[in-house]
Amino acid sequence: MQIDLRTVSIQPLRNTFDHLVRRFGDKPASRYQEGSYDIQAAENLHYRPTWDPEQALYDTRITRIVMQDWYALKDPRQFYYSTYTLARARQQDSMEANFSFVESRGLAELLPAELRQTALDLLVPLRHAAWGANQHNTFICGYGYATVFTQPCIYHAMDNLGTAQYLSRLGLLLGGTEALDAGKAAWMDGEAWQPLRRYVEDCLALRDPFELFVAQNVALDGLLYPLVYERIVDDYLSSRGGSAVAMLTQFMSDWFDETRKWVDAVLKVAAAESEHNREQLQAWTGAWTDRAAAALLPVVGLVFGSHADDVVGEQVAAFKARIEKTGIAL
Amino acid sequence: MSTVFIALQANEDTRPIIEAIEIDNPHAVVNREPAMVKIDAPNRLVIRKDTIEEQIGRRYDLQELQINLITLSGNVDEDEDTLTLTWNE
Amino acid sequence: MDMKTAAKKLSLKDKYKLFTRDLGWEPTYRSKEEVFPYAQYEGIKVHDWDKWEDPFRLTMDSYWKYQAEKERKFYAIIDAHAQNNGHLNITDARYLSALKIFLQAISPGEYSAHKGFARVGREFPGVGTQVACQMQAIDEIRHAQTQIHALSNYNKYYNGFHAFAEQRDRIWYTSVARSFFDDAMSAGPFEFMIAIGFSFEYVLTNLLFVPFMSGAAYNGDMATVTFGFSAQSDEARHMTLGLECIKFMLEQDPDNLPIVQGWIDKWFWRGFRVLGLVSTMMDYMLPKRVMSWREAWNIYGVENGSALFKDLARYGIRAPKGWDHAEEAVDHMSHQFMLGLYQWSFGTSFHAWIPSDEDMDWLAKKYPTTFDKYYRPRWNHIKKLASAGTPFKNYGLAKLCQCCQLPTVFTEPGDPTLTCHREADYKGDKYHFCSDHCQEIFENEPEKYIQAWLPMPQLFQDPINGDLGAWMDWVFLKDGQDNGDYADSQDKRNFELWRGMATNNQ
Repeated sequence: MQIDLRTVSIQPLRNTFDHLVRRFGDKPASRYQEGSYDIQAAENLHYRPTWDPEQALYDTRITRIVMQDWYALKDPRQFYYSTYTLARARQQDSMEANFSFVESRGLAELLPAELRQTALDLLVPLRHAAWGANQHNTFICGYGYATVFTQPCIYHAMDNLGTAQYLSRLGLLLGGTEALDAGKAAWMDGEAWQPLRRYVEDCLALRDPFELFVAQNVALDGLLYPLVYERIVDDYLSSRGGSAVAMLTQFMSDWFDETRKWVDAVLKVAAAESEHNREQLQAWTGAWTDRAAAALLPVVGLVFGSHADDVVGEQVAAFKARIEKTGIAL
Repeated sequence: MSTVFIALQANEDTRPIIEAIEIDNPHAVVNREPAMVKIDAPNRLVIRKDTIEEQIGRRYDLQELQINLITLSGNVDEDEDTLTLTWNE
Repeated sequence: MDMKTAAKKLSLKDKYKLFTRDLGWEPTYRSKEEVFPYAQYEGIKVHDWDKWEDPFRLTMDSYWKYQAEKERKFYAIIDAHAQNNGHLNITDARYLSALKIFLQAISPGEYSAHKGFARVGREFPGVGTQVACQMQAIDEIRHAQTQIHALSNYNKYYNGFHAFAEQRDRIWYTSVARSFFDDAMSAGPFEFMIAIGFSFEYVLTNLLFVPFMSGAAYNGDMATVTFGFSAQSDEARHMTLGLECIKFMLEQDPDNLPIVQGWIDKWFWRGFRVLGLVSTMMDYMLPKRVMSWREAWNIYGVENGSALFKDLARYGIRAPKGWDHAEEAVDHMSHQFMLGLYQWSFGTSFHAWIPSDEDMDWLAKKYPTTFDKYYRPRWNHIKKLASAGTPFKNYGLAKLCQCCQLPTVFTEPGDPTLTCHREADYKGDKYHFCSDHCQEIFENEPEKYIQAWLPMPQLFQDPINGDLGAWMDWVFLKDGQDNGDYADSQDKRNFELWRGMATNNQ
């Protein structure tokens, strides 16, 4: 940036900060770069955690994945706080309008009773699964290494809280507080939900941030979102007069499409780094996908009954094709 | 006696809010500084949504305070209609 | 029953409960200890996490909405500032030393807080608490990034900013704030909340932010003012989280009181020492001063602190142990530290300078009991040496306090003519301290503090081995550009040249 004052002009002394010159060359850096690269402490840390003296405060060794440079795991969306928040604000505006539309026109009451009950039975317990996803991504942000990898995780965590809250509003709108109570009871004791709850709780006991990333963001969400929000809400329920429900879950559909790009990019770069990584990612993804499919089967069964096997099978195949593009063969 | 206070950015949005606070808290003292307005009160300060709405001419959500709030002092109690700051003796 | 009416009957408080704590559940497939492994070891007893009260009941949709509005305003101003060469509006380029210290030493603390709050946002077994902590975690990365963005334009035109990332981990004075945050992060979740959420974000925050941001306003720095006011509204939420945390812990079980009191004592003192950097910025580095550190302390420390501790007395909490020593130190610390920074300015990535006569008269007025008696003579002596062409540069390295990591330039409580040194032996080694309070902190947890990476002793070890030039390379300090006296700096020459161009027709 220069201004010309008479015959003399102000020239900047430098284009950007030293660490960004080393990474990207001597030119002005983007706001994403300024806000994401090398802003985490890297060396000369002072004290070991009293909560786990085996770890350092910022420790690459608490995961089995090994990266020469963890900053290689760039988020293709290039979300930093500002761009993230602005994007979500626009989306919440739409959701606000959608909820308003459904409420003001009494569309919830107009839903066929059976359809409304199906929506409640399927979606309300998922607010707890979304809370689980919040917990897992909060963990990955807290304990993972390098801002480019951890920053998207806190956004992902808050997104999941947002989803849990939208699902709570949906429950209140379609069935009042009774619906939320029923959803929780189903989550805790309903037969269809136990494998999924067990999955989520097993993840709560995981302390390897990358394995947790695979278990939650790759495997579970990779099947849950297409099955629930695409296949059931957007296709099945809408075709039977339930598009009001699709309006109330629009955020979730859009969100999955957007975040998939990030998840895939992280997998791709981590897998390409080394045979060790690729093998580890393959092992984790394979194991957690099998479990996720099994956990979602009875949930899908709530809507599709005996067809659930086929529906889930189709989705697993689609998922495997997606994962293969990242360089991981399942 | 302990002072509670709230400090807001000085801009067009906060003008009616400050007016409302003055109306509801006759013992409050308004200090105007560059870019900031600090309102002190002995022990207790109440901000009422209804009073703000009268000043502002539209529906108002107390959570909108978030945008222009700078800092505050005192125990915070909030519901749909009021935000109260207090120090217990 | 009409569902619309049923839904409307829920109060804000009840609805918020449904949107937060009702999301959680008691695990049955894994034990509570597996899910929350760090929640017990500090000895804090919590019987009912549901008693947690959220003062600002922000749901995510509101969070996104209001934060986005703040972001739009913020970046519009930052862009305008850069486009209009806003940097030329500052009083003069001495002011930038404050910003350089901020970016190198204080801004990294925002990032540490981001990580720390993310961790406790997972480790606490209470959903309401977790949600509040997570919101603070995401707020803190906002602060780290908006600070870097606000100061980015200054880096293009002035020295001292360019290597903030390297200097965060390697230079000596940044270790003060860094060790503070590392200490908090290596503590357990409950201590972390008292350290950062309460002591830093509640008791001491206004002492950092309000003078700093007012200082920016008084010195024509629109970028930093904008950052400050934008971040401050987040800080109001953080403050209420901190206050709620301490009240919650104290209300849950009377056994928590001595533990919490101990933490308040420790963290007040560590926080007060970190504020030494701020005191110097306020009194010496702002060409147009807002108020003195003493005045800021009186309003935001004494007045506010007294109201707070009077309130907490009902739980059995008393004011922090070091309060009286802090109160006494307020009239001395900024001078002691600036004298230090001046003599070691060969080793700082910002400029120091000798205060002018006008500056010294202002300082004398603001510090009537101490400045003329103890500090003006030292400055005059330094001035004499500078005029004689032999400016005082102290190549003897500062002895650092093992705990707070500041150079031990402070004086004995009750005797400002005597430097305060303390030492202790532990497992065959000798450790040094700046004060009784730092020594006490060490002696409570010696195994922790002996681990500290002290920048000065490190300079004598591999790979630097006492070579000052090699040290400068290692910390990315450009000798003759980033360091030394402002009086003959490139920053001064450039600022005056560019400003001259903007204000006259020659």
